Amino acid sequence: MNFVIPDFYPAAAEIFVAVMALIVMMATTFARGIARGLAYYLTQATLVAAAFITIGTMDGEVTLTFSNMFISDLMGDFLKVMIYFTVAIALLYGRGYLADRNIDRPEYYLLTLLMTLGMMVMVTSNHMLSLYIGLEMMSLSLYGMVAFDRESARSTEAAMKYFVLGALASGLLLYGMSMVYGATGSLEFSGIAQSIYHQAANRTVLLFGVVFLVAGIAFKLGVVPFHMWVPDVYQGAPTAVTLMISSAPKLAAFAMTMRLLVYGLFELAEQWQSMLMFLAVLSIILGNFAAIAQSSIKRMLAYSGISHMGFVLLGLLSGVVEGDRHFALNAYSSAMFYAVSYVIMSLASFGMVILLSRAGFEAENIDDFKGLNKRSSWFAAMMMVVMFSMAGIPFFIGFFAKLAVLQAVVAAGYVWLAVLAVVMSVVGAYYYLRVVKVMYFDEPADSAPIRAPAEVRVMLSANGLAIAVLGLLPQGLMSVCAYALLASL
Amino acid sequence: MTGLPFLSLAIWVPILGGLLVLATGSDRNAPLARFLAMLVAIAGFLVTLPLYSQFDASTSAMQFVEILPWIPRFNINYHLGVDGISVLFILLNAFITIMVVIAGWQVIREKVAQYMAAFLIMSGLMNGIFSALDAVLFYTFFEASLIPLYLVIGIWGGANRVYAAIKFFLYTLLGSLLMLIALLYLFMEAGGSFNILDWHQLPLGMGPQTLIFWAFLIAFAVKVPMWPVHTWLPDAHVEAPTGGSVVLAAIALKLGAYGFLRFSLPIVPDAAQAMAPMMIALSLIAVIYIGFVALVQTDMKKLVAYSSISHMGFVTLGFFMFNTIGLEGALVQMISHGFVSGAMFLCIGVLYDRMHSRNIADYGGVVKVMPKFAAFFMLFAMANAGLPGTSGFVGEFMVVLGAVQFNFWVAFGAAITLILGAAYTLWMYKRVMFGVIGNNHVAQLNDIDGREFAFLGVLALCVLAMGLYPYPFTEVMHASVNELLRHVAVSKL
Repeated sequence: MNFVIPDFYPAAAEIFVAVMALIVMMATTFARGIARGLAYYLTQATLVAAAFITIGTMDGEVTLTFSNMFISDLMGDFLKVMIYFTVAIALLYGRGYLADRNIDRPEYYLLTLLMTLGMMVMVTSNHMLSLYIGLEMMSLSLYGMVAFDRESARSTEAAMKYFVLGALASGLLLYGMSMVYGATGSLEFSGIAQSIYHQAANRTVLLFGVVFLVAGIAFKLGVVPFHMWVPDVYQGAPTAVTLMISSAPKLAAFAMTMRLLVYGLFELAEQWQSMLMFLAVLSIILGNFAAIAQSSIKRMLAYSGISHMGFVLLGLLSGVVEGDRHFALNAYSSAMFYAVSYVIMSLASFGMVILLSRAGFEAENIDDFKGLNKRSSWFAAMMMVVMFSMAGIPFFIGFFAKLAVLQAVVAAGYVWLAVLAVVMSVVGAYYYLRVVKVMYFDEPADSAPIRAPAEVRVMLSANGLAIAVLGLLPQGLMSVCAYALLASL
Repeated sequence: MTGLPFLSLAIWVPILGGLLVLATGSDRNAPLARFLAMLVAIAGFLVTLPLYSQFDASTSAMQFVEILPWIPRFNINYHLGVDGISVLFILLNAFITIMVVIAGWQVIREKVAQYMAAFLIMSGLMNGIFSALDAVLFYTFFEASLIPLYLVIGIWGGANRVYAAIKFFLYTLLGSLLMLIALLYLFMEAGGSFNILDWHQLPLGMGPQTLIFWAFLIAFAVKVPMWPVHTWLPDAHVEAPTGGSVVLAAIALKLGAYGFLRFSLPIVPDAAQAMAPMMIALSLIAVIYIGFVALVQTDMKKLVAYSSISHMGFVTLGFFMFNTIGLEGALVQMISHGFVSGAMFLCIGVLYDRMHSRNIADYGGVVKVMPKFAAFFMLFAMANAGLPGTSGFVGEFMVVLGAVQFNFWVAFGAAITLILGAAYTLWMYKRVMFGVIGNNHVAQLNDIDGREFAFLGVLALCVLAMGLYPYPFTEVMHASVNELLRHVAVSKL
């Protein structure tokens, strides 16, 4: 057997982040006095440098390496860059929060880097095993981060729940992978696709496997009926960690869905599309109705996230209509645009929750936003932008995300699905409006001034303005999403 | 037509000006905010004047057209233009905005900058609705205009404002989201175009036409509002501050009716013809039944709100008889109602600012302490009742004439409202203004000051001018109305 030295170049960013994770670990062990600050700045520098490396090594070609386990393409590069920025912004928002609670230990940043590396591996995997390794790397880091406030019983409970259910989902996913391997004889996505195309696979075993794969994906995306962990973990985790879970991992989960279902199992699109339809309909209905009943803003945003992921699925399930693949690019790029838009909005929403928290006080309930307009009309306006955007009101990015996805759904001929989605959007509008209502129509219950470091204020303002500006001019991001997928479809 | 992009200016001057007003910040700068808002409102009005003076009334084609690619990915364009149907609403809107700024001058003491900014931004967005020729652009303006009105009702409204604001928002959102699906469907059918004018020429089968008609109907009927989806309006009106009520009655209600003319009639003409009996029936119910409902109201604002619904019933009646005089009458009625209902709400605002009550029973004998005010109020009440010589008469008379051409019994039903309108308006006037002075509060009322005299006087001139010489208004719309009717008469099947 010949040992071929793989081409390391396409994986430069992954290797860099892995090395930096080790450096952060070593450096903070030896430089104890300044460990916390050092870890934070090293992590941020790593993310920025990784973005430069990814952009620098981007060539628009599809390159396979590491025995075809690793794929470098535009979709991967785009999502990786988005992940770096998302993680960096989440860290920036969360730093003060963690420091106030004395949990900004260096290990937190180490876990963040390992989580980022896991997501990068997921995004660039071309093989069941590398996908699974990336997924576990991300998940295990997240379990640790949820439990990071070890004095908090609630965090520990949330971490426990997340871990047990996450392990179950990983089991389902592995089971599905083994079935698909059994049916097709390949773990590599292109090999799987080839095998199905030549009808060499046993369809019964294959479909059985696909069901388990979809279940595993659904858990990671957090869609009904695999959503049970989402509200509890969002609520129980320290808000800075909730911010982390609700943002970048959604992009990684989207990439995982694309790799597994579209790159590997595209021949079975109509089968998995009907499964996704089931998940999407349930998520949009349950997510929106359950969100109404919440008094905790974190739980409300959790359920709202479930319904948003349902919308992402709506885009994914509109790709193939009766064997016609013309819609695929439009549908998948709409779904990606939705996922990216959601992440931008989610960052801002939890960023606002963090902004209102301070040492000894957790902004936890919707009522904590009462009278925010009187306390800070600027940040009230930012939160209003986020809420209206999530509700899908123009001129904000959330509207164009919905427009793109609904357009794909209508193009695929599922008008009833589009009608259901918009009716549920009205239900959704109710609870977003309630947040605007408490901010603008109610008197403040808490008159403490809003104190936050300048960089958080600036970033949060930029984040809110980005939602508005991208809403006025959504073309750029939309065409980037389409272009990123063009090469691979 | 060359020259400045007047439509873009009409949209963006108030919006950017509104943001500027917002930037003046806290109430310490309230005088600056008021002054700046006034300046922006006047500038916003001035930039709309060329739309009238340079308007070519001899053609039905779109004028002042601006077209720029906005979202090429979905072939969405920043496409603006006006014809004889829409141009007057832009002027009306810009004009009413000035009135609203004056009306809120002293009354609003809290968060002045936010109040003024909300109205200016709303004004820009509504100009966008009336001039958008791209469906997505139309829709974005249509939806976005909900936000400022929601905030206005919720922040500066009365006791039950939160309920009213949320009801208003969700009601209208549900309607317009279904329209979005229809727009996306038309986008597919038209081969990837959101251009409304392309859609006018798009052949469609009866089945899709009917469904699209219903989707549009729900969206626009809620906005008009037509019976039976009118219940949000009295709540919103009662709770809104005076400025909010004025904009709601004068402009926002016109959006739905305008939607019928721009979307329902030309895009799905066969379905519109087929549904016409139902639409006429709904309109007549609004005219007559809501007229009776108005009669028994004890709250002045509620009474005028119901009277608005009844008058808007006249408008939709005029649309669905498909004859020139009826349609033009409906348009005149819309403009006139903008002046009259705006003036009525301002009058009620004048009383409310002094007494903090809208209850008819709390008043009586106001004429003795506020004679100047009583004269204005009388004029507007008469216009609301449709007295000849006021603008209210022209529109109603034209619609009734159109109805006589169409069907005698419809005309009969519509004519009843002239009596009903007179009954509820004048009865309210009598109870509020005449009789013995009801209580000490009324006895201590001051007559209107210069500021109030100014805005009521300007509106009175408009009402009279339009009532005595409506030709400048009908002349502008004539070509477009005829073209619309010609278009609707051609089947798309």
